[in-house]
Amino acid sequence: MFDPKSLKFMKSHEWLRLDGDVGAVGISEHAQKEITDVVFVEPPKLGRKVKQGEPCCVVESVKAAFDIYAPVSGEVVAANADVVKDPQLVNHEPYGKGWLFKIKAASPAEASNLMNNEDYEKFLLSEAAHGSR
Amino acid sequence: MTTTSVSRRTALYESHKLLGGRMVDFHGWELPVQYESILREHEATRSRCGLFDVSHMGQIFVSGPDAPAFLQKVNANDISRIGPGRAVYSHLPNEKGGVVDDVIVSCLAKGRYLVVVNAATADKDFAWFRKNAKGLRVELENKSDLYGMVAVQGPRAAEIAAFIASQAPSLPRFGAMELSLYDQPSFVTRTGYTGEDGFEFIVPNEIVVRLWEELLAQGRSFGATPCGLGARDTLRLEAGYLLYGQDIDDDHTAYEANYGWVVKLDKGDFIGKDVLVRQKKDGVKRKLTGIKLLERGVARPGAGIVVEGRRAGELCSATYSPTLACGIGVGYLDRPDLASGTKVVVLLHGREIPSEVVKVPFYLSPNLRKGA
Repeated sequence: MFDPKSLKFMKSHEWLRLDGDVGAVGISEHAQKEITDVVFVEPPKLGRKVKQGEPCCVVESVKAAFDIYAPVSGEVVAANADVVKDPQLVNHEPYGKGWLFKIKAASPAEASNLMNNEDYEKFLLSEAAHGSR
Repeated sequence: MTTTSVSRRTALYESHKLLGGRMVDFHGWELPVQYESILREHEATRSRCGLFDVSHMGQIFVSGPDAPAFLQKVNANDISRIGPGRAVYSHLPNEKGGVVDDVIVSCLAKGRYLVVVNAATADKDFAWFRKNAKGLRVELENKSDLYGMVAVQGPRAAEIAAFIASQAPSLPRFGAMELSLYDQPSFVTRTGYTGEDGFEFIVPNEIVVRLWEELLAQGRSFGATPCGLGARDTLRLEAGYLLYGQDIDDDHTAYEANYGWVVKLDKGDFIGKDVLVRQKKDGVKRKLTGIKLLERGVARPGAGIVVEGRRAGELCSATYSPTLACGIGVGYLDRPDLASGTKVVVLLHGREIPSEVVKVPFYLSPNLRKGA
């Protein structure tokens, strides 16, 4: 499990955990609660080039399908086979085994425009968070 | 038409909040879509027992010397076949053969009936009943606001219902009973909307909380789980039950909905019969068809269905089937001739998902097949 304090967040509720220039991507605890039981995950193809903010992965719950946006630009270098097999990992361990894919960031500095955990928590309390999922 | 912006709450609203229910608006009612997890609530109902607040449903009482004749006139099913203590699922057809509502009619005593109607249509049904009762000696009472309703569903339902009413397990499927619960005039029917064995308790609002808490307490050791609207929808769709307003309405007939068994043409006259007689003879031009996705994806209402390269309709109800672990749905296709196994394509967020026509129900519970 990653400590949420070590993660960067998007307003669309994805998290990024950078380790050097490679970042793991998942969805936040708040998001997994909101979208409810995840039943399918369709991660991006390996080698795909993505831009920050581009939809690149689909998470489907009993309720609806959700696009997952790339938190940084770069190349997809890993996809979590475990969440494809057991999608409920996204609900049970959103900050751990429920990670979705990894991006090799073209420019890790790009992540500086994401929110840290404290700002994300504040954002969740603000009006802006409502209805964005 | 009037629209209400204020949500109505059932007597169990505070109980749902205490249990962590996530409240949503459902046809003007504030009800829990889920407590912890739709999947877990679904599974609990299929394997043990689910408890559902269905207090939004309406209750219309019909009595008087002409009550049987009146009910025959407004129902497509044959009400003369149910005597005291029996219930039947039926459609209320309009003059075009469309469906005003789908209901469960219980015969409480000779000449006294309870019609359980959908929440969104209760007022419309009552107005329809009054209009069609003119000249008949029949008394109509809409008591929807006075009663709450709790469904106890699943293979352990009979054991749990017995704590509330020791006679309940002796009811046959579609049996109905008038009884006193906590000294209040109440009703229990062996019916449900989940495709499992189960009971529906209809009780005055004053005792709904007491009933709910006792069901939770007694049900605990059986693994009974409170369930929200989310699980109610996945369960009913697997079982092939219609959702009024989504799968059937004033513009679709029972034959089109593949529910022709509800229509008893041999029972005498009733509203819409001429249209239905013709449709039975000529066949339907569109038919509600079961679709199963063969690849990963959750079918959604509104998704297009392509047959032999041509869009033939769209899904009106669709979801992920927790029991079958795939996407399922039903939709009206302008190809009523398709046999099960026919390959079709479902259009889902720009993807073409290989799918096939399947028989409805999608899932037949072994517990119900035992003849409970």
